[in-house]
Amino acid sequence: MDGEALNIVLGGEAGQGLVTLGELLAKTLVRSGYSINVTQDYQNRVRGGHNTFRIRTSPDPVLAPQEPIDLLVALSAQTPDLLGKDMSSQGLILADRALQLQGGSLEVPYSELADSRYVNVAALGVLGGLLGLDHHVALQLVHDNFSRMGAEVIEKNRQALDAGFAWSRGRQTALRRLPPAADRLRRLMLNGNEALVLGALSAGLRFYSFYPMTPSTPIALHLAACAEKMGLVVEQGEDEIAVINMALGASFAGAPAMVGTSGGGFALMVESVSLAGMTETPIVIVVGQRPGPATGLPTRTEQGDLEFVLHSGHGEFPRAIFAPGDVEQCFHLARRALELAEQYQTPVFVLTDLYLADCYQAVPPFALESLAQCGFGAAQPPVSTPYRRYAITEDGISPRLLPGMSEHLVVADSDEHDEAGHLTEDLSIRARMVEKRLRKGQGLARQTMPPEYCGDDRPELLLVSWGSTRGSALEAAATLRAQGVKAATLHFAQVWPLVPEQFAARLENAGQVVSVEGNACGQFARLLRRETGLHIRRHVHRYDGLPITPEFILRELGTQL
Amino acid sequence: MSTPNEVTLEQYGRYPTAWCPGCGNFAILRAVKQALVSSGLAPHQVLFVSGIGQAAKTPHYLNANVFNGLHGRALPVATGAKLANPELVVIVESGDGCSYGEGGNHFLNAIRRNVDLTLIVHDNQVYGLTKGQASPTSLQGFVTKAQPQGVLSPPFNPLAVAVAMHAGFVARGFSGMVDHLVDLIRQAIAHPGLSLVDVFQPCVTFNRVNTMQWYREHTYLLPAAHDPTDWEAAMRLAMQQDRYPLGIIYREERPAFHTQFPTLAQGPLVGRTVDKQALAQLMERYA
Repeated sequence: MDGEALNIVLGGEAGQGLVTLGELLAKTLVRSGYSINVTQDYQNRVRGGHNTFRIRTSPDPVLAPQEPIDLLVALSAQTPDLLGKDMSSQGLILADRALQLQGGSLEVPYSELADSRYVNVAALGVLGGLLGLDHHVALQLVHDNFSRMGAEVIEKNRQALDAGFAWSRGRQTALRRLPPAADRLRRLMLNGNEALVLGALSAGLRFYSFYPMTPSTPIALHLAACAEKMGLVVEQGEDEIAVINMALGASFAGAPAMVGTSGGGFALMVESVSLAGMTETPIVIVVGQRPGPATGLPTRTEQGDLEFVLHSGHGEFPRAIFAPGDVEQCFHLARRALELAEQYQTPVFVLTDLYLADCYQAVPPFALESLAQCGFGAAQPPVSTPYRRYAITEDGISPRLLPGMSEHLVVADSDEHDEAGHLTEDLSIRARMVEKRLRKGQGLARQTMPPEYCGDDRPELLLVSWGSTRGSALEAAATLRAQGVKAATLHFAQVWPLVPEQFAARLENAGQVVSVEGNACGQFARLLRRETGLHIRRHVHRYDGLPITPEFILRELGTQL
Repeated sequence: MSTPNEVTLEQYGRYPTAWCPGCGNFAILRAVKQALVSSGLAPHQVLFVSGIGQAAKTPHYLNANVFNGLHGRALPVATGAKLANPELVVIVESGDGCSYGEGGNHFLNAIRRNVDLTLIVHDNQVYGLTKGQASPTSLQGFVTKAQPQGVLSPPFNPLAVAVAMHAGFVARGFSGMVDHLVDLIRQAIAHPGLSLVDVFQPCVTFNRVNTMQWYREHTYLLPAAHDPTDWEAAMRLAMQQDRYPLGIIYREERPAFHTQFPTLAQGPLVGRTVDKQALAQLMERYA
């Protein structure tokens, strides 16, 4: 793991401004040229409890969260009690003097530095000074953040920031200073949900429907905020069943459509996943996983719904499932999902989880100009008359017209149907329609993204991961290599369809293969066995609701070695 | 594009059906086609959305755009389609089980939204496709093989619920009065907002209580004096359970759902190109 990285943890009660301060500090770090990985841990309540906002930062790329705490910012008296055991040997606890903690912490007289309304910005100043950050970067951020609130508010915040910096600058503490960043290339601070939103918009998303559910609700909030400007419709449905059916109606009528939910909400959508498969209506479904069964742990993370999503919907029809490994991949895979859904006229999934949905990372700006949009133009492709919506073709993809955009009639049916779209009980047509739909799956498989391999060609140890565990697996492998173990990683950002030719040799060439998954049953390892016959016998599983960290992987490997 | 006077009944076609001889669906199908012709709408301008049930097969027996979806889920599909392309004339056609039972929540919320569509409910007070179980509108005490002691609960009253929620157009027709039904459906299509046309129809196979004769005896035409904008009068009519009024019970002008989305003022969502400048500005906020 990156020895230069600092792990800064803000702890406090819900409603104390923890996230505001955390986001300000994270953005100051990003603008100063540092890499970040932010993990948010919160309880299922609006006030009280104990939440954390963890920023791991370094001049070098940080790919994963870290457990030992270098700087603990205690906003509540219970913070040191809860997290003191996780302090690194050089760790520093920073606390409000007013909390009157018993020794061991650096006490900050916030009430002397700023009025209570501006205390978050004063704390940003204190942290900036301690970390050796550029005062001007923080000042510009404060200016950008509060510019809409008028000159007086900006001025008060500037004073608070200055007071914070002045208090801590040059103060000798046990805390390591952050090494200077190599450059200040412009980057975005995005979390997984935000990257999904930008990616989907860049691909031409026009319709998003949702029912609020953690961790996917912010996708809707971001899209609703820009709906008018970006020309899309965002609608909150009465339930998830309505949500997916609205999206299918919009898609049928020509608006590239997406829905977002989590496991329980997705359970309600499942009948219409099958409907999308049968009517060959494009749709992208974002499932932000959290621990189940049932309501489970609503504000924690897990990778427990792979098998559920893979098998969702009755009957047989093709689908693709993406599982982004980091924030940047959320952007690109949301685009890819919309493209493939339109191309293959079938449901495509983006499987994230609460950790990745909330995880902020520093991401290079996307080259929007070079990105194509997917979906239909108003111009309808030429078709023979009479138009047959489900014309049987070699690749299974039928020319798709939109209702009302020409004099041709578009007929879609959830019953088995003939080429014209009308319900049929002619069983020979039935068999041909099944084959036509499944041929699209072969095309999807030809476009499957190969998994990402990193490390020696003949490793002693191969860590196999999918989705958001990518960074932790990479860092754990790097640590093992530093210790002399020939370790490698294989990461799947697309988990369906799988093409064994792309990776089976990697599994066969490794001394030991270990699957790393945020679930208890090893769902992806089971899927690999089903598709390749290769049995992964060692597992690192986490299912306590927390994200898999590099330390967790190393600990588990240690007990298994 | 056809002009109104060019549309003919022949354009809507004639197809063999899967219905029992004597089924009320035949008359409703005829009325729907005549209403479309008299509205001057060509088949390609119209989208039928239906669910599952004998009534939900109706769109397969005429020429139009069709999305025949899942049981109970026609209204949200229709809502999405209307928002994607408000130029489509959207008609939802399904039975009482699909519209008021499985799709009950969508019924309430489509009325709340006031989606500009026409909801035609074939109301025969029984499940036909699944062979004779009680429906949400079956009368209390109605005996079926699934409800051998008779239906225990009082029937759902769709008109009263719709009027209570200030649905913009609430009407009841009867398959035994086709010309009257044609006029109701024509006015419902013309109404800019959600229009409910609940149509009594006999199920000749599974409902031996609510027969053609029963409907003739238990319905009456609303007098011309009824003012459909009078909410309290409409509520009283909707609550009548001894004899059921036929006609337009309630009308109210409310803005149609799609007119409240600023982006739809620029036309359908179909075929728009990504505004990369706007997207770049959005991305800049995260820098």
